[in-house]
Amino acid sequence: MNAIKFAARAFIRQLKSGEVLVLIAAISLAVGALTAVGFLTDRISISIERQANELLAADLRIRSAEAIPEDWIKTASDMDLDSALTQTFPTVVYAQDNTALATIKAVSTQYPLRGNVRISEKQYGDEYIANSIPDINSVWVDGALLSRLQVKVGDSISIGNADFKIGAVLRYRPDQAIGFASLAPSILMNISAIVSTDLINEGSRVNYSLLVAGEEPSIEKYTKDLEGMLTDSARISDRTDSNERTNQAINRAQQFLSMTAIISILLSAIAIAMSARRFMRRRMDSVALMKSLGAKKQFVVYVMTLQLTMIGLVGVFLGCLMGFVVENSISSMLASLFAGDLPEPSLRPLKIGFLAAFILLPGFALPSLMQLSATSPLRVLRKDSLPIPPSQFIVAVTAISAIGLLLYYLIGDAYLLSIILIGAIVISGALYLVGRLLIVLLSQLRGNLGVSWRYGLANIARRGRESAIQIVAFGLGLTVLLLLSFIRNDLLIGWQETLNENTPNYFLINIQPKERAGVTNIFDEFDIAKPDFVPLVRARMSLINNEDVKSRSYPEERGQWMANREANLTWSNTINASNKIVEGEWWPENYSGTPLVSVEESAAIDMGVTIGDTLTFFVAGENVQATIANIRQVDWNSFQPNFFMVFSSNALESSPMTFITSLRLNNDQSDVFNKLLVSYPTISVVDLEPIVQQIQQIIDKVSLAIQIVFIFTMAAGVTVLFSAVHSTIDERRFESALLRALGMKKSMVLLSLLSEFSAIGLAAGLLAAIGSSILAWQITDRLFDLQYAFNLFLWLQGLFGGWVLVCFSGYLATRVAIKSSPIGVLRNN
Amino acid sequence: MSNIAPNKKNVLVIENVSKVVTSPEGPLTILSNINFIVTQGESVAIVGASGAGKSTLLGLMAGLDIASSGHIFLNDQDLTEMDEDQRAEVRAKNVGFVFQSFHLIPSLNALENVMLPLELNNKKSAKRYAQNILNQLGLKARVQHYPHQLSGGEKQRVAIARAFAAEPTILFADEPTGNLDTRTGENIMNTMFELNRNKQTTLILVTHDAKLASKCNREIVLDAGSLIKDSNT
Ligand SMILES: Nc1ncnc2c1ncn2[C@@H]1O[C@H](COP(=O)(O)OP(=O)(O)O)[C@@H](O)[C@H]1O
Ligand SMILES: [Mg+2]
Repeated sequence: MNAIKFAARAFIRQLKSGEVLVLIAAISLAVGALTAVGFLTDRISISIERQANELLAADLRIRSAEAIPEDWIKTASDMDLDSALTQTFPTVVYAQDNTALATIKAVSTQYPLRGNVRISEKQYGDEYIANSIPDINSVWVDGALLSRLQVKVGDSISIGNADFKIGAVLRYRPDQAIGFASLAPSILMNISAIVSTDLINEGSRVNYSLLVAGEEPSIEKYTKDLEGMLTDSARISDRTDSNERTNQAINRAQQFLSMTAIISILLSAIAIAMSARRFMRRRMDSVALMKSLGAKKQFVVYVMTLQLTMIGLVGVFLGCLMGFVVENSISSMLASLFAGDLPEPSLRPLKIGFLAAFILLPGFALPSLMQLSATSPLRVLRKDSLPIPPSQFIVAVTAISAIGLLLYYLIGDAYLLSIILIGAIVISGALYLVGRLLIVLLSQLRGNLGVSWRYGLANIARRGRESAIQIVAFGLGLTVLLLLSFIRNDLLIGWQETLNENTPNYFLINIQPKERAGVTNIFDEFDIAKPDFVPLVRARMSLINNEDVKSRSYPEERGQWMANREANLTWSNTINASNKIVEGEWWPENYSGTPLVSVEESAAIDMGVTIGDTLTFFVAGENVQATIANIRQVDWNSFQPNFFMVFSSNALESSPMTFITSLRLNNDQSDVFNKLLVSYPTISVVDLEPIVQQIQQIIDKVSLAIQIVFIFTMAAGVTVLFSAVHSTIDERRFESALLRALGMKKSMVLLSLLSEFSAIGLAAGLLAAIGSSILAWQITDRLFDLQYAFNLFLWLQGLFGGWVLVCFSGYLATRVAIKSSPIGVLRNN
Repeated sequence: MSNIAPNKKNVLVIENVSKVVTSPEGPLTILSNINFIVTQGESVAIVGASGAGKSTLLGLMAGLDIASSGHIFLNDQDLTEMDEDQRAEVRAKNVGFVFQSFHLIPSLNALENVMLPLELNNKKSAKRYAQNILNQLGLKARVQHYPHQLSGGEKQRVAIARAFAAEPTILFADEPTGNLDTRTGENIMNTMFELNRNKQTTLILVTHDAKLASKCNREIVLDAGSLIKDSNT
């Protein structure tokens, strides 16, 4: 009790005198940045996930060949989940004297649960968001179908035994891009109108879906519960298997955001470490005094621990408040971009902020605390009787364990964690050594420089260890900032390359071999570049290394699924530009030996096959056996027709095949489809635009998030620098007063401070540029699957940024020192 | 300016100087209405009890602080009319300091410390000059040493070298022997008086030590912020 009172009184005194303010500021800034970044990434990643869910029109989609049982729906509503039903089937529709194949999509009133349906009055008119589904007397029809049937909005269309009014042009529905299953252009209708068409009967090929959406935990629970009830023909899909392309973008984005959060933690940790150190140093006098007055060691430790706890609590409280306010103002700024649909953040960031402060603070303060408790009471008499400093080893171990513990709690990925930690340790070590070396070199130099520079450099040399530690801290901070901008750049460039103005936005599929010349002619007519026709052969795999694919065991469930489904194969003697060989070699262009096949990397891994294995496919009544010649990586973002299996030409050339091609079309060129579809009714057009748009939107959101998070990380960086410099403020204040008493002008004092910070900033910037290049080279490849590209501009940015940042924070931290009155030199100490 | 001495130049003129600071209990007068004149080559001891206002007065005379009222002329320049940088320039040209706690710049070695005032005056051969004066003070072996490698007496010698290096017209010393043992203190003071005589420097010395004060040719006594005795009048 006595100790608590004592600690509280000391704490209040320190608050009044402003002594603890920097430590509190460091903690609250750290916690603030952490929670704000946490809140923000939380929200943005939820929003991105939702965006991805749009492709399903729901969070979860259960497909079945039979009608959806009532209890699946009931279970969903019991868990407060929204649900909608859809039925999809192909049928021939009539209008006036024309017929066409259409995909009927019959939906219940809640459809879609995620995203919106967009319609227009005229075929190329302004589109708008539909607030409901069609009533039971009308349908919304895809534009391509309208051209084929030569009808317009307001006309009538026959589906089965019923006639419907065409209510609108169906321009977009969120789930239109799922697979290639729905090849024919679609008609959206009310599920209640299905009965009147008489089209659903025994043996009709209907695809029933149940769409479900709601809170993440309920969705998870529902998925679990449902797995027990599923019938054989039913299959659950969520966003993770909705689309290879969006997944890649989302995974990268999330990895990036969580990495950014980690980086803010590292920076905050450094800031807390530095100010905790200073705080402890300043406590030495009062500890010595307490001891000389008879306080026991235990009491001292207890009081100090209590004080730290109070500081921590105040810091965390202010930090959470700050994080909350900042996050709220940014969110309201972003609200327009997210169309008012920014989800509520979870409370997790608050927990993280709290944990961060209470893991890091003791982690960094503990060694100093031990040192304090060993402070000799003699210090009352002799200022310089410092206790034996804690072993550097213990300091390092406690600090690293604290950071490690926190990060492990946050990411739970031991591999990523070890990369980051080892990287940080190696870089710190290197920075420290180089820092010391640099300091020695600088002190050699200073004899030849002017008085300001001499004083600045001398300062670095005098605080040899401190300066080196500062270079390490600045260097580390800059390293992570640079790393961030390296990766950000790589990510953004990678994505932009994905989606340039040449990215195809349509696939034409089901082109017969003899139709190729005609299609090329129509393309010519509309000034569209000659298409690349890629052969497509449908087949089923029968054997892997002469073992039946049905009975074989696979490392991954996906592998089993891939081996057993109907596969799309192609053949070519040249490798597509969006593919990269990772193992083995491509066959020569005039290859004519035993049939070879190239397998996509993830497919090979999931099926458990490798170079030299043989795959046998059953193609049009014949077995074709091929040996795996190489393993390939595919850039799915290229929007080129890509295949898991590519055969050597001689393997499949004579099999029955159709062709597929991709093309880029501008809005004013869409007439080409009218001509194409009238001339070749069996060719199908797949519109990629929705996927391209989805990805574009995701990229926009992510880029924005990255910019914002980047600013926060910068702020955390400045805090580090600030606390590092601020920890020397007392000496600086006095020396500035002394220099001015000796006749130095303020501007010269400032210049000498800046020369010191310049040297440290440039040194740290240089080292950081090197360190971050090495890290970026390691990380971009492994984590983000991106090509690492050396970037000189970023190096210069690092140097210049380091210089400016250190000078700026240094100036901020020492400004008061320059202003302190020279009269101070006459008041002793 | 009143009572101008016939042929000695007035180095320092203190006119009706007061210093008032604000404290939690209201305005606090630390110095009230101080008047005196110091001529070139004089050595003046300022004595008084602890808290009498000696250091405050010293600070005002050296332009480290500004008076609440009154005027201070140093080499005919009115410090009270100047801004901080102008006063710094005056100090660089005319003033040397010796402090109780030495106040060497810890990051600079002895030589660099002594060079500092020379460089502030843009002296060409600062290094050679500094080296010379350190040699004179018997610190030849110590020029490359840093303050923490020097004893108290050595530090104060370096500080004296630094104070005299730029050949100031006036030297301020605030209890220069306060942190030294008696013998070293005497030694240091002898050096100081000798340099003072040789260079015709004006010396203003704040001290507790009656023996030291008696070595000066004039004594000014402060009590509770007032000048109660000036041996010149
Ligand atoms: N800025 C200030 N605010 C309040 N009191 C001050 C200030 N500066 C000096 N004093 C007080 O003025 C008195 C004179 O101080 P000082 O000149 O240092 O005395 P001396 O050097 O004679 O011991 C002391 O009582 C001191 O506490
Ligand atoms: Mg004093």
